[in-house]
Amino acid sequence: MDIKVHVREAPGERYVVELTGEIDVYTSPKVKDAVSDLIDRGIYHLVINLENVRYIDSTGLGVLIGGLKRVREHGGTVNLVCSNPQIRKIFDITGLVKIFGIFDNEDAALKALV
Amino acid sequence: MNQPATQAAQSDLVELRIPCRPEWVALARLAVAAVSNRLRLSIEEIEDIKLAVTEACTAVIQHDNHGEFIEIACEIDSGSLRLRVHDAGRHVHGAPKNASIDFDEARVAGLGVFLIRTLMDEVTYEVHPDTGTDLHMVKRLPVRSV
Repeated sequence: MDIKVHVREAPGERYVVELTGEIDVYTSPKVKDAVSDLIDRGIYHLVINLENVRYIDSTGLGVLIGGLKRVREHGGTVNLVCSNPQIRKIFDITGLVKIFGIFDNEDAALKALV
Repeated sequence: MNQPATQAAQSDLVELRIPCRPEWVALARLAVAAVSNRLRLSIEEIEDIKLAVTEACTAVIQHDNHGEFIEIACEIDSGSLRLRVHDAGRHVHGAPKNASIDFDEARVAGLGVFLIRTLMDEVTYEVHPDTGTDLHMVKRLPVRSV
């Protein structure tokens, strides 16, 4: 199992981190590195696209929470794209729906960054 | 295999031993998914079980442990799937009794155990001074009309 990380710029100095695969204790460091790299470059408004993520566990949630915490220190935010009901369920039962903006598509997530 | 697990009159046992390293956790959840798939569980129920076992293995790997392996046992009887995750460490994975997590502080400690307790029907820990820690998880099998 692996995770593919694709970072691309969207209009307005916003960035999208597109993830494909499974996020667990083995693969989450790769996601953390990608998110941390953007934040280190001063990019504090991010969309993380989970549409092609088949699986996420607490280590993956930890990476997302850590990223959100860091960008909020700079007035930024992290919005998520996720329509997979299995993944959404994990955000629901952990209460993370209250701290992340979670959207069904990338356009909506990017618009909400502004 | 003469008898499908779903019709087992006696319990069936499937055991797996993986190295205590992150790259092997995916195999553990694939194995329990395969076992769960024999029980006519819904996709959501199978995903719950996969996540619980993943979290159990991850907790072992992330905590101090004294063993090279994690053992996962899946026991199927007529009414439940019983999972045991064993490691040689003597800890209780910081298991909280309740599910209170302070997200304002973005703390994720205990999140894995919280998920296990939320997704499984029964969860108990046993710490054995000589052999290590057992995490027992039970998923009761739903009665479905054919």
